Amino acid sequence: MAMLQRYRDSQRINHWIVVLLFFCAGLSGLAFFHPSLFFLSSLFGGGPWTRILHPYMGLGMVLAFVFLALKMWRDNLWTPVDTEWIRQSTELIAGTDKTASHQAYKYNGGQKVVFWVMVVSLLVLLVTGFMFWHAWFPEGNILMRRIAVVLHSASAAMLILTIIIHVYAAIWVKGSMRAMTRGTVTETWAAHHHPLWHKEMKERPRA
Amino acid sequence: MSSLQSLDIAKRSATTTPSPDARRHTVEVAKLIDVSSCIGCKACQVACMQWNDLRDEVGENHGTYDNPRDLTPQSWTVMRFSEVEVVENKLEWLIRKDGCMHCEDPGCLKSCPSPGAIVKYQNGIVDFISEHCVGCGNCVTGCPFDVPRISKADNKAYKCSLCSDRVGVGLEPACVKACPTGAIRFGSKEDMHEFAAERIVDLKERGYDNAGVYDPQGVGGTHVMYVLQHADQPELYHGLKKDPKISPLVSLWKGAAKPLAVAAMVGAAVAGFFHYMKVGPLTSGHDEPDDEEELADERARQAGRDGVAPTRSPHSPPDGGL
Repeated sequence: MAMLQRYRDSQRINHWIVVLLFFCAGLSGLAFFHPSLFFLSSLFGGGPWTRILHPYMGLGMVLAFVFLALKMWRDNLWTPVDTEWIRQSTELIAGTDKTASHQAYKYNGGQKVVFWVMVVSLLVLLVTGFMFWHAWFPEGNILMRRIAVVLHSASAAMLILTIIIHVYAAIWVKGSMRAMTRGTVTETWAAHHHPLWHKEMKERPRA
Repeated sequence: MSSLQSLDIAKRSATTTPSPDARRHTVEVAKLIDVSSCIGCKACQVACMQWNDLRDEVGENHGTYDNPRDLTPQSWTVMRFSEVEVVENKLEWLIRKDGCMHCEDPGCLKSCPSPGAIVKYQNGIVDFISEHCVGCGNCVTGCPFDVPRISKADNKAYKCSLCSDRVGVGLEPACVKACPTGAIRFGSKEDMHEFAAERIVDLKERGYDNAGVYDPQGVGGTHVMYVLQHADQPELYHGLKKDPKISPLVSLWKGAAKPLAVAAMVGAAVAGFFHYMKVGPLTSGHDEPDDEEELADERARQAGRDGVAPTRSPHSPPDGGL
């Protein structure tokens, strides 16, 4: 049994830069979201520093994600196989049929949903964030700001929930984490979880 | 200016536990601005500037008496001059002293994410505690009257404090002290309502049938009230809101959504944990390579990096698209 390369070094590093900035932007944002989480502002040097840093960290995350998304969007286009995957995902999650192998290309239906939720929520966070970034942008209309803060918070909550699912899936599906830490996965893993991608890789001409 | 030790804090921003509540006999205060007695002399603006030691930049004349043109971090009160014709061909000059209304249910305090940066004292005064202000501007987003202003110099929010420092030692606010016509009064909210009622009777006798007091209930009433000649049309007074309320968007954002979203996030993490404990991992039989494979994989990757064709790996690395 051999190993298959799933991600290059550059993609993995890009991914982990996004992860670090997600934690920075996410934790600093949560500090302002609910009083019970204001203590998180201590991680960034107190309230004013958290307010100063949050937008830059958020912007950094969006920028880093753009590079990742440019590499990945094509593989995340929806296909009928993914609809079928979603339909069968309940038994996978319930653990009723652990040997079930569901059809998937490089990304399965669940991963594709995660990818597009990230794209949409980051886009909303980016646009609405500029609408109340006082340090650089004019105050503007108050109604627009009220709409912007609601959308900003909702997208952030959506993104965080999605990331929790994303992280859990990586822990849950054994052998997946390796793709992002070492770049490779076992052939068995690929054949089981991503049969169509596995087939593509096998049919590929040797280097 | 604030300390919980004063025992006079009724509400504190971004705080989920009760404020000190042992003392409950504090009288609710109010400032009453009788628009019908105001001559627009701006003595109140000057007094505010002097007491609070503020120096706004010298502005430009825009062809009106409004000066400065708007509230700023250095101008906490501004006279608004509105020329209106309520009855055709009968010009009325309505002069309103604009500034913080000190809402009973303050939108700024509701939106503020920083614990104790905005407080409401037992007497009803809403105060910004600058040392806790993070400069996010949420108070501006939350205020139904568009009052707070963020300073570009220090990124702190500023607005009228109703001279809480003077009131705290038994003095009336500086603007009240300086008003030459008695158009601004200060006292218990109850007394101010009584005084307003007398003024309204007088105004009605003089033909202002719709005279009334402005103490909007949408924000639980305010601790700055107006006597208006046309209380049925407060908009005449430089767009004073007829029925100000905390915006439903602000209530959603800083109301139900907050605990629900936090519960969802914590819930998702906890659900994941229990899912793993119940269902266990999803495996394929050979998820991790053995030592030999690991070594071969390393070698292949090393070779790939050095530009040498891999000797062991049967497949080339995926290209960028994959």
